Amino acid sequence: MAAKSNWALFRENLGSQNPVFVQILGICSTLAVTNVVKNTAVMCLGLIFVTSFSNAAISLLRNRIPPRVRMMAEVLIIACLVIIVDLFLKAFQPDISRQLGPYVGLIITNCIVMGHAEAVALTNPPWRSFVDGLSAGIGYAYVLLAIALVRELLGTGGIAGVPLLGAGWVNWAVMVMAPGGFFVLAVFIWIVKGLLLKPARKAGG
Amino acid sequence: MQPLGFFAILFAAVFTNNILLTNYLGMCSFLGCSRELKTSAGLGAAVVFVTATTSVLNWAVYAYVLAPLGLDYLRFIVFIVVIAAFTQLVEMIIERVSEALYQSLGLFLPLIAVNCAILGASLFLVIRNYTFWHACGYGIGSGVGWALAILAMAGIRQRLQQRARVPRGLEGPGIALVIAGTMALAFMGFNGMVSLN
Repeated sequence: MAAKSNWALFRENLGSQNPVFVQILGICSTLAVTNVVKNTAVMCLGLIFVTSFSNAAISLLRNRIPPRVRMMAEVLIIACLVIIVDLFLKAFQPDISRQLGPYVGLIITNCIVMGHAEAVALTNPPWRSFVDGLSAGIGYAYVLLAIALVRELLGTGGIAGVPLLGAGWVNWAVMVMAPGGFFVLAVFIWIVKGLLLKPARKAGG
Repeated sequence: MQPLGFFAILFAAVFTNNILLTNYLGMCSFLGCSRELKTSAGLGAAVVFVTATTSVLNWAVYAYVLAPLGLDYLRFIVFIVVIAAFTQLVEMIIERVSEALYQSLGLFLPLIAVNCAILGASLFLVIRNYTFWHACGYGIGSGVGWALAILAMAGIRQRLQQRARVPRGLEGPGIALVIAGTMALAFMGFNGMVSLN
């Protein structure tokens, strides 16, 4: 197999194979936590930690996990890491932990983590899996932060309590509520696909 | 706040606090399996069944085992194991009992083990300190709400395929998200009838 370099893998996960807007994985938390930038940042750090270390751990154990129970084994490893994140947040950031509510726990069923464990960690050595998990996490993080910026700015007129749009701005309340998340992500996908599609069409003739 | 009854919670979970449209849970399978009415009906039925039963099971495990022993922090692992084991068990039973039911429901069960709506429902129960009947109402309601949303979505998408010209960049998941957003707006019309939290 012509192996791609680790660096190529890293870039792919940020761009052409981005988990959020190309593979449409992990959408649940993408939408749920992105109404406040600060919470989003914490959630992203948690997810980066979980994807990279779960990938590394599963990859270390990949020859010992029996194929029949591999899903179970993967879920258990991921759940352990998520518990670490949850306890850490409860201890050091209790407010954010309360606001995020169940979504920290839901990292377990986040499809990005499972998807990369299945597709990469089971067949690749630990370091490469770690790089893959890390880059998938970062690819997820920057999309989320972009969406959160738009939503919080339009929904509350500022970022993290600092007003940026001036006193004349009327808060666009729908943006921080459920429908806003759907629309912003849809527009984001539209823009990105529009940019990605153009070169592909030219190449196709 | 007045304590809500069983039916109030059931109603709230289906309409005002729909687990998919207000909490965004279960989006992956919602977007992936909502192209055809038939598939989404099967998946919806399976989700109703599994959410209702596992949330009650998890509630019992939490209230009688984890909370008294102070093992609160283990709940993620325990819940996911209960859900996975339960779906596996049901799949095996259905396979033995009825071939037809297996064809319509059983195929979706493995998919469901990693559906965040189900784990999410169990986690919400614990955070909101529900009693047994509330847990029942919430479990059933969440499942029904999810099924309702995916059925509506599949119906709209089928129509859309026949009639509408979608811009190229929005094809597939993009347009599905726009529809979901519109549905969420519509469901906001139920706001204020009952409120959870």
